Amino acid sequence: MNESAYDRISRSPKFQELVRQRTRLATILSILMLVIYFGFILLVAYAPGFLGTPIGAGSVTTIGVPIGLFVIVSAFVLTGIYVAKANTTFDRLNEEVLREVE
Amino acid sequence: MHPIVRNGLIAGAVALLPVYAYAQSQGGAGVNTAAIIMFVIFVGMTLFVTKWAASQTKSTSDFYTAGGGITGFQNGLAIAGDYMSAASFLGISGLVFTSGFDGLIYSVGWLVGWPIVLFLIAERLRNLGKFTFADVASYRLQQTPIRILSATGTLTVVAFYLIAQMVGAGKLIELLFGVPYLLAVILVGIMMIIYVTFGGMLATTWVQIIKACMLLGGATFMAFMVLWHYNFSPGNLFNAAVEIQPKGDAIMRPGGLVKDPISAISLGIALMFGTAGLPHILMRFFTVADAKAARKSVFYATGFIGYFYILTFIIGFGAIVFLMNNPDFYTTTTGADGAVTWDKLTGLVGGTNMAAVHLADAVGGSLFLGFISAVAFATILAVVAGLTLAGASAVSHDLYYSVITKRQAADADVIRVSKISTVCLGIVAIILGYIFENQNVAFMVGLAFAVAASVNFPVLVLSMFWSKLTTRGALIGGFLGLASAVILVILSPAVWVTTFGNEAAIFPYDNPALFSVSLAFIATWFFSITDSSKTAQAEIAGFGPQYVRSQTGLGAEGASAH
Repeated sequence: MNESAYDRISRSPKFQELVRQRTRLATILSILMLVIYFGFILLVAYAPGFLGTPIGAGSVTTIGVPIGLFVIVSAFVLTGIYVAKANTTFDRLNEEVLREVE
Repeated sequence: MHPIVRNGLIAGAVALLPVYAYAQSQGGAGVNTAAIIMFVIFVGMTLFVTKWAASQTKSTSDFYTAGGGITGFQNGLAIAGDYMSAASFLGISGLVFTSGFDGLIYSVGWLVGWPIVLFLIAERLRNLGKFTFADVASYRLQQTPIRILSATGTLTVVAFYLIAQMVGAGKLIELLFGVPYLLAVILVGIMMIIYVTFGGMLATTWVQIIKACMLLGGATFMAFMVLWHYNFSPGNLFNAAVEIQPKGDAIMRPGGLVKDPISAISLGIALMFGTAGLPHILMRFFTVADAKAARKSVFYATGFIGYFYILTFIIGFGAIVFLMNNPDFYTTTTGADGAVTWDKLTGLVGGTNMAAVHLADAVGGSLFLGFISAVAFATILAVVAGLTLAGASAVSHDLYYSVITKRQAADADVIRVSKISTVCLGIVAIILGYIFENQNVAFMVGLAFAVAASVNFPVLVLSMFWSKLTTRGALIGGFLGLASAVILVILSPAVWVTTFGNEAAIFPYDNPALFSVSLAFIATWFFSITDSSKTAQAEIAGFGPQYVRSQTGLGAEGASAH
């Protein structure tokens, strides 16, 4: 809790490694989510005809339905990727960082 | 049990009696006995939980965070229960019923904020905070101004959200149970006061968990029955829907929901970043033991909410095929030649938002209709209880404890102020529900999200990630975000034209978030970097230790002993 513990941690290479890895993954996944969602919204705004294309001859189901479902599923999958990585790598690194200052 | 608690519970049970008596006296039309019985069972169950929670709730930590003893999975369910409002259940399935694909576009926006909450906020919030998100925003900044800003943001969001929920609740209960609007609003107000004052966060959490299970179970059953009818082939369901729906295959394409790219992006920003700034949702991350559990709860919540939105899409299409050809569900007119006609899109009894409720009747009979009616009521109660607790925490923890008494007040005093604020918020909610009965409140949830995205989200994210943030920057940016969001909504078509009856809107877009969020971020940045005061330097220097704690959890608030 004292200042020096925080100072020591911030200089620790393990801490810097933890922050670097976690920031990198969180940034990549956030950008992916933003691109997927706003990509979908821009398709709705600029290419509604594309989303309205039937997926096969004689079918009323359009490409938009699987694409919309993909956005929903991708939100879940991206959170899953982050949690899987955090539960293993980040938690282990974090424990090592905290053990260093004990 | 404390006598006050016992009397409160008795009062709650007594409050239900007139509803039951009234429903009985009306008989037949408009009153559903199965619905009343299911509802009474739900209320009985939640009162029992409240009684148990009251015996566990002693300290402020118990009251605000259930002692930090909720597991990641339980919190995931509770977050889903807090977030899936009656507006999204009935509103989105109703939107799919009338417009098909547009409903999917809308529901997607409500989900995509969750991954952002996980990647940027959940773990750091848990590591830095104690009871409210203002703990984090004010971590290294000046307590008084930042607490006032955060409490203002919280109470504004809570007020707009509560109005939308109370009016929706009154209308829905009036329709489903046949009780008068005002009685319905008072009943919701009394129930939420009982849950929150006696059971605090523990009771609120379990009300949300019970409701989430009921809602997910009921929606799963409806979607299953619909798909079963079409041999589990969505393609067959869509084919049948296109045949029956007056708009034909247009329901499989984007329609009129998205008017122009600016509106679409603005709505997207409000939903995405508003989710990450909702005070009642942020507060839920303090109910778990540590950052690891906070992270897991978002994963589960995203799964439940995403699954739920897929179900609403199927339910909306199910309502098209099961209801549109059946005059029993419609207000009909009989022509001179004796032919009975009805408007498939707008003639549904109780309005298009009742599509899911009528579908329950069509696929499961009156018993299941009763269950879904009770679910709809439970949904409203769980959401308003969460909102009230967040509002009461802003008043008692941020304003009373941190600003007025400068963190000198005793636990018992803070809890007393929390309970008084809860009762006041409940009464205010009832009054607002009464005042706004005949107003168009559809824009209020959008406004709540816009304010959350323009005030709470910028100050929270910048305080955690940007070392150069100063009190001056956060304060000016936050209040500009708040003012611009509210003013632009007043000048927008939804209020300026629809409510005030003016010819044309001064601000052409329905959602202000693109502009108000940008303004908040730019103003916060500008007034921070130009701040050369002594206190600003100290605030910037405080970022280092805060950053280490946010990343590692060193020094974070633990779960309380019991």
